[in-house]
Parts: sequence; structure tokens; C-alpha cells
Amino acid sequence: MDTSRLTRVDEATWRLEPEGAMRVPAIVYGTEDLVREMDEKVLEQTRNVACLPGIVKAAYALPDAHWGYGFPIGGVAAFDPDAGGVVSAGGVGFDISCGVRTITTGLDRSEVAPLVEKLADALYAAVPVGLGRTGQIKLSDAELDAMLAGGARWAVSMGWGDPADLERIEEKGQMAGADPAAVSRKAKERQRAEMGTLGSGNHYLEIQEVAEIFDAEAARVFGLAKGQVVVTIHCGSRGLGHQIGTEFLREMALAAPAHGIELPDRELACAPLRSALAQRYLGAMRAAINCALANREIIDHLARGVLRRMFPQARMALLFDVSHNTCKLERHRIDGEEKALFVHRKGATRAFGPGHPEVPEPLRAVGQPVLIGGSMGTGSWVLAGAATSEQKSFASAVHGAGRAMSRHEATRQYRGDQIVAELRSRGVVVRAPSMRGVAEEAPAAYKDVDAVVLAAERAGLARRVAHLVPIVCIKG
Amino acid sequence: MPAEARFEHFVHGADIGIRGIGPTLEEAFAQAARALTAVMVDPATLQPRQTVEVACSAPDRETLLVDFLNALLFETATRHMLFGRFDVRIEGDRLEARASGEPIDAARHEPAVEVKGATMTELAVRPLPEGGWLAQCVVDV
Repeated sequence: MDTSRLTRVDEATWRLEPEGAMRVPAIVYGTEDLVREMDEKVLEQTRNVACLPGIVKAAYALPDAHWGYGFPIGGVAAFDPDAGGVVSAGGVGFDISCGVRTITTGLDRSEVAPLVEKLADALYAAVPVGLGRTGQIKLSDAELDAMLAGGARWAVSMGWGDPADLERIEEKGQMAGADPAAVSRKAKERQRAEMGTLGSGNHYLEIQEVAEIFDAEAARVFGLAKGQVVVTIHCGSRGLGHQIGTEFLREMALAAPAHGIELPDRELACAPLRSALAQRYLGAMRAAINCALANREIIDHLARGVLRRMFPQARMALLFDVSHNTCKLERHRIDGEEKALFVHRKGATRAFGPGHPEVPEPLRAVGQPVLIGGSMGTGSWVLAGAATSEQKSFASAVHGAGRAMSRHEATRQYRGDQIVAELRSRGVVVRAPSMRGVAEEAPAAYKDVDAVVLAAERAGLARRVAHLVPIVCIKG
Repeated sequence: MPAEARFEHFVHGADIGIRGIGPTLEEAFAQAARALTAVMVDPATLQPRQTVEVACSAPDRETLLVDFLNALLFETATRHMLFGRFDVRIEGDRLEARASGEPIDAARHEPAVEVKGATMTELAVRPLPEGGWLAQCVVDV
């Protein structure tokens, strides 16, 4: 990104004043290196978002931002329904409520190390991954609707999860306002046999070791100790979310002229929050959030079953579950006045700071856990929402490393079997259905996740708590 | 001399662009569908064992392309099939197509990724100056 048009506000904040049709400024968070490495399209897309009706304060791009669909991935924007604000299907994306959850196990790496190959095989057998693999669970129409209304709470009621988990999931495991009737037959059909499946692309299930602690007090509160083993799952709402995203993007793009909205880019497809179309989308999108929460709960349940069988001494507990592709109605203070806003986070994690009432009580003093997925080899991060995140980014932080290299380029440069061998030599056991898929997800195809989280900390979005390194990676 | 039928991929930051080129609009759409399959597997490795029919209509050609590709993704997701051959007919705002392929065999096909959806990013359907048609968009993986 060409930084010459931006004003540097501080070490990790860059600002573009409104110009042309922009209603608010564009703000880019990141160190100079990260911002320079960003695609020009990130600024173009952030500027486009700043042009949408009813946008409040600013359109934001976070340190992991890259070129997305209409909105940049790593983008945040809030809209005021009282000021003609909109909801955008593109601003949520195709994998609605894609997210990350991390489970503590109480196991030490030394207990797991002798059995990693067996553990990898058992997890790979228990959790369906990749294209064309279905789950063990087939849902009837009534069960599908109950799942879409109930989220992780439904999964737990079916016996696929621990009731104690619900407190550690955003929205307590059940997104309110979901409308299963707003979800098309096609979307439900795609999901019928996909519950408890991981999907593919950058989705994964990892066994990780807590490699380093950066904030001892927050780590203690989160239940993280150096050398201990955790399970991390990254996936979303599967076929159901993809179908809802596809259908509403089309409908919103075609209906925009009738709503009096001029779209600078068709992918910015949106509808006024007070329209029937927007309300239908919100009902369907919230149902997809519940689908993602239920799906992660079930995968977690499958993984815990494997760990319990192999390590009876394990004491597993959900640290937290975050979603990073959402639009949520939240209360934020704007110029001293509290307002109900629809906050879009596309490739961005909610990051409530210390003391926020929506952070579960046992964690509240240190802030909401923010779980950051890295690429296969490089590890992941646990952060905590910073006190300043509310004022900086509607309480949002980064979601991952972000790609630095296209899939095409990655397959030209790398071979899957070589990557698997190299990772094994570094102590990471990989299981994956496709070696081409592994090549496309080569660690070097991603930005340096360590630099991304450091930038998020410097920008005042979240602070670093712990660095996790993979031991076993089940790749979709 | 109109363009020879072929498909290719193009670069998009996080995902991948698919492009079909053909002497006719229909052939460009069919090649775009092959490009879509090629994101997942090599379409040449697929046997035309079963044929599925899809139909869609849209107010413009670009939306029709996205609808067609998403209809194929729906068939892949629900029938657990991959398609390598396409016979496309377009009349006015309506498309009808026959897609031939086989059930996914994860061990043999080793699909690289699952495509979540065809998007409107870099979406274009247009005649080529040398004759023939181009049909393209980015797909989310």
C-alpha cells in the first residue's frame, strides 16, 4: 500500500481523511512494514466501505488486512440504523461466523509427545475433513431448525458438548434473533450431513503447546501454563453459511438500486437495516452463527473423546470460542452518547477490554480472550482485548496472519509432501487429505503472524498473552 | 479467428480467480466451470459417469455466470460429486446445463480444497476483440 496518501497518527495508526464519496475517514492499523506490504486493494476497499450509508466514525483495516470481497478481510465497520445504516452480506462474508476455539487439557507436552503419531491418526479418523466428507450426524428438518435456533446450546442438549462450555462462547453459545425460516431450503440441504465437519482451505484442528507466556496474570486467568497442551479448532458454518452468503449477496446486489444505494463495487452488496431484506438477512445470518457455534462444539466434542481415550488424566475445559466473520448489534459510545450499532467484523475478532460486562465473569478482569490462528508451521496466539480497543476499533482485533502469497504461487513454489516432511523434522505432525491442499497452505504463503499480533498490541487493539506452537495439525 | 476453448486461473490475494474462454458464450461458461473444478481437482481425471442438470436465470450475464457456478457448487456439496464435462445452453436470461462427472473419492481425487462460493469480485462476461467470449470471477476457498 502506498503510504504517501495516508497521515501517520502514531506508530501503528494511519489515516485517510474523507475524500470524494467517503462519509468517514479510513483508518489502517499496522506497523510501517505491514502497511507497506498490504495490497493497494485494501485501501481501495476500505475507502469504498467508508462510502456506505450510515457508517459511523471510520472504516477500519486491521494489521492482517488483505484484499477481500467488497470489504477487506481484516475489516471493521459499524452502521447506525437511525442514520440510514446498512447491513452487508459481503461485509460478513461467505463463511459466516468462521472462528476459533481453544480448549485447555491440563496435559504437559511430555505426556503427549510419545503418542503424537497415534494421536494424529485418531483425531484424523474422528473428525471428518476436506471436500466430500460427511459427518456421522444427519439432521431431520426439525433438528436442523432446532440447531439453527439453538447453536452450541443445542449441541450440548443433544449430548455433543459440555454444558460448562456455554459460558465460554460468545453470546453464551446461542445467537439471539436467529430465524431458521429465513434460511433457504438449499442452505439447509447443504448442511444436513455436514455437522461436525472441519471443511478445508485454512481450517484446521491442532494440538498445540503453550510455548511462551507474555502476560502472566492473564495467562493464569485463562488457564494457560508454559509447556501445557491445548486443542485449537478453526472452522465455520460450513455449506449452510456459504449458501446464505451466496444467496443474500446476489439479492442485495440486485436490490441496491431499488433501495437507492449506489454501489462502488457489486461485492459491497448491502441493504438498509430498516428494510425487509436486511431483516431477513440478519435472521438467516444469525442462524448461520448458531450453525458455526454448534459445529465447533461438535468437533470439540469429537476431539475431546479422542483425548479422553488416550489420556484419561486430561482435564479439558473450553478457554474461549470467538467468531471472526459476523455482524452484531452492539452498544458503543459515540461522542459521549451510547448508540446501538451493527458492527461488521470481516476477518476481525471481537476484543472487549477488561471489565466489559459481556466478558464471562471469571475472565472479566483481564479482558476477552482473542484467539489468533496462524499458518501450519508458525504457531498461534492468545491475546486479551485491550482497554483501548473500544475507542480504537469498536472493540475489535485481528483474526490471523492473512495470506501473503496466492494459492497459485504457493503450489508453484512448494510441494505438499516436502512441507509435511519439513514440519515433521520441526516436531509438527500433519495429517491432510490432499498434498496440493498442504502446498496451498504452505507456512510461507502467510504473513508473519508474530508481526501481526505485535502490531495489534502496538495499535492498542489487544495485548499478547501466550504464544502457541503446533504439535499435531489436522488440515482440512 | 475466434478464441480457442480453454480455461485458466488468475491470482487473487487470498483466493483464486477462474477464467473460461471460448468461441461462444456457452463454451466460455463451460470452460469457466472446468476452471472451477480445477481449483479442487484436475478435471481431466474425472470420468463422466453421471450427468446432472442445472438451470438458472438472471437479469444479466455476469449474475448468470455466478448463479451457474454456484448451482454447480450446490450439486457438488449435496451429491458429493465432481464434474469435468459441461454442456451449456443459454437463451436470453436463462441457462440450462448438463454437468457430467463422478462421486468424490477422497483417496483417488485428493481434492485440494472445497470452494465456498463464486463471488462477484473480478466478475466479467464479455466478448473478446479477436472473437469469442471470456467469463471469469474469483471464487472463495
